[in-house]
This record gives sequence, structure tokens and C-alpha cells, in this order.
Amino acid sequence: MRFLLDAEQRAFAASLDAMLTSADTPSVVRDWSRGERGSGRALWSRIAQAGVFALAVPEEYDGLGPRPVELTVAFVELGRHAVPGPLVETVTAAVLLDKAERLLPPLASGETMATLAYGSPYALDGDAATTRLALTPDGLHLAPGHGPVRPSLDPARRLTPLTPGGELLTPTPPVGHALARARLATAAQALGVGLALLDKTVAYVKQRTQFGAPIGSFQAVKHRLADAKIALEFARPLLFGAALTMEPADIAAAKVTACEAAYTTARTALQLHGAIGYTAECDLSLWLTKARALRTAWGTPDECRALVVSGGGRRW
Amino acid sequence: MDLTFTPEEDAFRAEARAWLRAHVPSVPLPSLETREGFAAHRAWEAELAADRWSVVDWPSGYGGRDAGLIRWLIFEEEYYAAGAPGRVGQNGISLLAPTLFDHGTRQQRARVLPSMASGEVIWAQAWSEPEAGSDLASLKAKAVRTDGGWLLTGQKTWSSRAAFADRAFGLFRSEPDTPKPHQGLTYLMFDLRAPGVTVRPIGRLDGKPAFAELFLDEVFVPDEDVIGELGQGWRIAMSTAGNERGLKLRSPGRFLASACRLLTLWQAQGGPETTKPSVADALIGARAYQLFTYAAASRFLDGQELGPESSLNKVFWSEYDIALHETALDLLGEEGEFTDTDWSEGYVFALAGPIYAGTNEIQRDIIAERLLGLPKGRR
Repeated sequence: MRFLLDAEQRAFAASLDAMLTSADTPSVVRDWSRGERGSGRALWSRIAQAGVFALAVPEEYDGLGPRPVELTVAFVELGRHAVPGPLVETVTAAVLLDKAERLLPPLASGETMATLAYGSPYALDGDAATTRLALTPDGLHLAPGHGPVRPSLDPARRLTPLTPGGELLTPTPPVGHALARARLATAAQALGVGLALLDKTVAYVKQRTQFGAPIGSFQAVKHRLADAKIALEFARPLLFGAALTMEPADIAAAKVTACEAAYTTARTALQLHGAIGYTAECDLSLWLTKARALRTAWGTPDECRALVVSGGGRRW
Repeated sequence: MDLTFTPEEDAFRAEARAWLRAHVPSVPLPSLETREGFAAHRAWEAELAADRWSVVDWPSGYGGRDAGLIRWLIFEEEYYAAGAPGRVGQNGISLLAPTLFDHGTRQQRARVLPSMASGEVIWAQAWSEPEAGSDLASLKAKAVRTDGGWLLTGQKTWSSRAAFADRAFGLFRSEPDTPKPHQGLTYLMFDLRAPGVTVRPIGRLDGKPAFAELFLDEVFVPDEDVIGELGQGWRIAMSTAGNERGLKLRSPGRFLASACRLLTLWQAQGGPETTKPSVADALIGARAYQLFTYAAASRFLDGQELGPESSLNKVFWSEYDIALHETALDLLGEEGEFTDTDWSEGYVFALAGPIYAGTNEIQRDIIAERLLGLPKGRR
């Protein structure tokens, strides 16, 4: 038992963090929100070159995976930098397209961007994605097109309905595995969002002065941040534990906990930034709104908790 | 990164499970906060010790099994899953023993540890004073030099287990008028039945004498019962507070077992939908605490310091424990108000968690200042 990331995994996280820091993701997010995809596509290619999508694709289809722990490491960093695009959907498509030789290799290389509708007509970034998948009761379809964008609270999440019908890729897609992948990646992304919100807020309360002192020296402020730190640090082991076991109940536990930790942190971040945090101009908003959206993406808190209880008689 | 145990660890788990199955009392012992229950729990400690299960992580020379941190975690999981009794010797085992391993002399360890492991001597802690709670360093009880030792005078309070325990350990001011309050404190052990000691039990919320006030009037302590250097008591007490001890104060096994019992209770009550989220949170919290502890143990075994991170731990488990018991009492409905159930006993015990071992407000200050790097301010 050695429940720690190894040196290679930590180095992978650090290199992604450095690459994304230099990419000025806030301006990429703002372009993406306006439907300008150039900078987002360029960033997508760099993420692919770093090997992120390949981690989701099996080796026989030009990938390196599946490697859920490394994928989790990567998604924490993608969330930390608020990277836009159908990231979760693309790595989930890699599970669904298990035997689809023509569609998998370009997914691994970043040439294609996939999205997925399941249990709802909407798919993330249906206008930007090049492979649009729809999971319906009769199987997995390649959707022929998409409808107009319906605005999300997180403007970088451009949800579009997918056009029904299209080629039936398989009548028996591995839905359970796909959901597990989607939930795990969303949980990791949410943890990253929460970690970024905490860092930004800690930095802000150190420099914001009121009553002649940094507001970060006041206990009411400290204790809210301490609670956010606790929530995030207890979500982290659930996340990596779930990546190791890939048990649905473990993944559901990680999903609800990471998303709630990120959301608690978002509320704290907004409150402690005050009015400036409530503006769209402040970059904080890019993370704040994502924390809300990820809570219900790929499994609501209620769904996740129900899964934990039904799978929870098992001894951990 | 992995969560798998070695075949030897699995064998250790199986051995512990088999022993517990054969020995755990089939009827729960009376509350350890009563005279009768204290005696019954002391006898249980002796039974554990007879087969070397009371302190598995200690060296074999002192009654342990050299089991190490991972096997200690495994043992605790099995212990609480088996429904075994609470540990009346916990204060000595989790607070004093680590201090003796780090700062005691070989003679002190040989003298103190075997009788602690067997439950023959039960230890109480003597930290707080009426005017020194969260601001512990402002404590006033003094140790004055005398021939061959020290004379302790002053008042200690909220001394857990002291109503029925045998000996106690704590901090005393051995040098008056130091520039800073945490200087000049010395870590000492003393006999609760020594001349000059008056123990006044205090009834906790449910009236049971779970702790006591100690009045000390020139209580003699021989030099051999001073732990570590004179005047270094604060550093000694804090060094064990921040490290391995933070991991061992509450084992994950305890909460995993409680969460499973809660799930069983919920199912027995027909699985009401409205309580499902709270039951889920109890299961999730137990798993989170287990995995957080595995991660911390892995770092510790890697040679890393744990330090202020134990404050995250303490706030988490203490709040978790209350929430879990609140859910149970709510599920029990009218039955929940009676004090003669394990859930009620657990609830009252849990309510103290956010207060002792450094209040959760102090812990949040530590998290904010030492983990997040926020500036110090007035408390």
C-alpha cells in the first residue's frame, strides 16, 4: 500500500501546469465563450501533444491507456486552469468507441474533438466538436448535426442539442464504463477548479486591506478558507482512490465530494472577493461558474449519493 | 500508487480478525465513563494485552508486535468492525507513549510502557487549567524544585478519564517569569493517588464522570518522572501533537465501522429517502477519512513530516463524528432520546470532539496560517 503519486506522475502534473500557465487560459476561455475557436483549438493540440487524450485511448489504437490515475492527474490540472472544450466528453468517447478503429486514433492525437449527449438532448460544445455522439436506448449514434447553443451559466460551456438519428455505431455500447470515466474526469476537473479558486482567494485576502489590516488576518475570513481547504483535501484521496478501483460507488463518492468541495470553495471565493468577484470581468468568474456547472454534469449530487448507498454495504 | 496490501499484511488482518471474533464480548461492556464500566474496560485491555493485541505498533519489548503504521491501521479496521469495546487506555497510548518514544529515556519507557499496554495503569491527561484552555501556554500550575524532584501545585481541569485513572501527565511551569508564556514549561508524569492530589470528577453532558478537576498541593514528583529537558515541555508536547499522533488520535477503522452500523440502522428503518443523503455522506466521509489517512501514512513512511496537516484531520473527524451520530438519532426517532443506547453514548462522546485536543477554531487558525500562509491576527 503506497497511496501517493509517484515522481513521474507528479512531474507530469507539474509539466501540464507549467504549459497551461504559459497558455494564458483566461483569454482562451473568453475567446471560446464568444464562439471563437482558434486559440482553444491550438490549446487542444498542445494538450494532446502532452499526451492527455492518449491516456484515455487503448494502446492498440495509438493511445497510451487506459490510465485512469494519470488521466485524473491531468484533469485536475485542466480544471485548475479552467481549460474550455469537451474534455470530459472526449475521454469518455474513447471508452464508447472501443472498437471503432477509424474514430479512435484521431481522438488520441487531438485531431478530433468529441462530444456526447446522454440522458438529455444537449451535448457540450456540439458546435465545436468534430465527433458528435448520442447515447440512446437503442445504442450509440454518430449524430448528423447540432442545434443552436443554449447559454450556460458558465459561458465557456456551450451546450447544443444534437440532431437525432445518424449512423448507429453499436447497439451495445459500454455505458457503465463510459459513465465511470465521465464522472471520474468531471470530479478531477472540479477538484482542480476548487484548488484554483482557493489559491486565488488566498492571494486576494493577503493583499486586500480593510480596517488597516489584510482581510486574511481576520478569523471570519481564515475559517472559511480553512473549511474550503479541508473540503478539497478530503476530496483528493477519494478521487485517486476511485481512479485506482474504478468501482462505480467509489467514483460516485469522489464525484459528489469533489464537486461539492469545489462549489463550497466557489461560494467562499465569491464572498471573500466581495463585489469585484461578482463581475464577469474578473477572471474569477471563469472558475466560479464552472464550479456550479460541474456539480450537476455527469451525475447530480442525489444520483451520486444514491449510488454510494446502494453500493455501500460493501466494506471499504 | 496502489491500495493493495501485501500477503503478510493480509495474513495479519486475518489473524487479528480471528482473534477478535473469538474474544470480543458478545454483550457490550457498560459505559467506560462509569466505575463499573471503567473496571470492565480495564479488564478488556488486559485480555488484549495477554495476546499482544493492545499496542500492535509498539516494539515487542514493550508488549507490541512491531507492526508499524499500516498494520496498525489494519488492526484498527478489524477492531472496530468486530464491534470491540472503546479503549480506556487511549490517552496514555496515543498521547503519552509517542512522547516517551521520542523524548523519554530507556528507563522511563521500561517503567511506564508495559503497565500502560496491559491496562494495569490507566493514564489521564492534565493539560487544561481553568484559565488556560485554547491559550494553553498561559497555564499557571507550577513545578518547584525540591530534593530529588519537583513539587506540583495548581489546578488542572477537563482531565479525561481522571475520575478513575491511576496516573496523569501534563505541562507545568518550572521557570517563572520567562519572556514568552510557552517557555519554562516542563513535561511531567505524576500519580493521581499521591499525597496532595484531590480529584473531583466532573459530570459531562449526560452526567457521567468522563473527566475531572485535579487540585494539586505540593505533590512530589521524582526527577525520573520528568520527560525530556527541563523547560522544553511545550516543544515536546507539540512535536508529538503534530506528527504521527495526529494520525493516531482517531483511526479510520472506527468511522468505517460506525458508517456501516448507520447503514444497517437506516435499512432496518425501511431506508427512508429523506435520510439517504446523510447516510451516503456518512459512508463517503468514512472512506474519505480512510484514504486521507492512507495517504498521510504513505507520506510519513516516505520520511515526510506531517506537521500542521493534522489540523485538517482533526476538524474533519470531529465534525464527521457528530453528523453521523445525529443522523442515527434522527433515524431512531423517539428511541433516539434515551441514554442507554450505543448511539446515545457515541453522540455524547462525539459532541466533545470539536472542543478537545485543540478546539476546531484553533485548528482552523493553524490551517489558515500554516497551510495557507495567511497573516497572523488577533484570535
